[in-house]
Amino acid sequence: MSSAGPSLLEVEALEAGYDDTLVLRAVSLRAGSDEIVAIIGPNGAGKSTLLKAVYGLVTRYGGAVRFGGDDVTGMRADRLTRLGLNYVPQTDNVFPTLTLAENMHVGSLVVPKPERRSAVECVEEIFPLLRERPRQRAGTLSGGQRKLVALARALVTRPRLLLLDEPSAGLAPQAIDLVFEKLGEIRRLGIGIVMVEQNARRALGLADRGYVLDLGRNAIEGRGAALLADPKVAELYLGGPATMQSSSTSTSTPSGMNPETK
Amino acid sequence: MSARLEVRDVVHAFDGVRAVDGATLSVEPRTITGLIGPNGAGKSTLFNCVSGFLRPQAGRVLLDGLRIDRRSPHRIARAGLVRTFQTPRTLARMTVLENVLLAASGHPGEQLGGALAGRRREREARARAHELLELVRLEGQANSLAGTLSGGQRKLLDFVRALMTGPRLLLLDEPMAGVGPAVRVQMLEHILALREREGLTFLIVEHDLDFVMRASDRVIVMTDGRVIADGRPDEVRADVRVVDAYLGTLH
Repeated sequence: MSSAGPSLLEVEALEAGYDDTLVLRAVSLRAGSDEIVAIIGPNGAGKSTLLKAVYGLVTRYGGAVRFGGDDVTGMRADRLTRLGLNYVPQTDNVFPTLTLAENMHVGSLVVPKPERRSAVECVEEIFPLLRERPRQRAGTLSGGQRKLVALARALVTRPRLLLLDEPSAGLAPQAIDLVFEKLGEIRRLGIGIVMVEQNARRALGLADRGYVLDLGRNAIEGRGAALLADPKVAELYLGGPATMQSSSTSTSTPSGMNPETK
Repeated sequence: MSARLEVRDVVHAFDGVRAVDGATLSVEPRTITGLIGPNGAGKSTLFNCVSGFLRPQAGRVLLDGLRIDRRSPHRIARAGLVRTFQTPRTLARMTVLENVLLAASGHPGEQLGGALAGRRREREARARAHELLELVRLEGQANSLAGTLSGGQRKLLDFVRALMTGPRLLLLDEPMAGVGPAVRVQMLEHILALREREGLTFLIVEHDLDFVMRASDRVIVMTDGRVIADGRPDEVRADVRVVDAYLGTLH
């Protein structure tokens, strides 16, 4: 995303939550088709909820989502997928009882019939595993391989942008390396990525830009490298003195209640 | 001075994965100790090992020098170590007061001393129940059904139920989770006040680190099933290992 023009994905003051709990309190974000955007933040910041809200999986209470210039606020997930916006959940992201080839086939059903074959072939170029073991059931793969298949299955739908919930979660270090390498390749194909990550430093090391969320709001944003060097990020995680406190959040405490804070 | 709680080299694995992998820590009497760490660090598993909901596969747990790691949760509670749960375990179809009194009924009222002593004990329990409900501002709802309370109020009720057993050590599992701003401030006040007035000892697992850093005298940090740091809140916050545990490492 180079210019000040409209971005592929534009999220504006999104509010969302579960039942009676508001989790996102006006979060905004932009992402282009040629960049990796990392969403990080302490536990309970609303990172995963943000992805689900964009993809229409949780109740939205306010705000807007635009994709490719169109207002897609409130649009169903399957329609978003057809428009080119796809989502890979943290778990349950492959069909475990189906083979790798079948997983790819199911993904390709989103694409017009004559183009399905080539869509699968393009993805197989990036993930050799798919050609090596087409008949293996996805449920018998290692965690890292399964993650790759989940990515491949999302790519087969020919997305312009992928929403990834914790691509590194539960993976061994070498597997994380492999997954992150693939994310770089996906970016080079001109497909944008918005990813939520626990491992903030790994994510910022790869990402072009990052957003730090805290308590359901935007806290800090900037280039990946800049955020890596920003001490305020660690303070947000560890409840440090420089925590950004917006006037209406719950963090206000009566003065004098705690003699230990300065 | 001996420790109120001592955890020595405790191990607990699920399917070969060592969720708690040789954790060692101690909690001094009359202190508030925060136990923190990133997701999957083993905090909840350790809590379960200490409170008897899981049996440690190795290591020991001592309450005031007495081994409790082979005991069931209710015997540990009777020994003076009581825990709360992230999701409060209140009885929705009973009144708030009944919920509180029920927590006290673990005491051997029926055994010796006959009906007279039993009645006196019940009077004392009622007085204590009202005192605690007053403290957490639930006295007005004493006769309402517990199911009508808000999530935050149910948490306060759970807290009161734990206090009714007269614990020496209270383990709080995410007291701030799902709690609104008003109750948050209250909860912190209560914890500080109970430590001050009644000399209670607290061990608190909590993801809201702002709260942990404000409330705790000492903070213990776990990652990968072990304790990696232990100190005053400001020391822990400045510890490179702790920052690494939370933010991950670049490679």
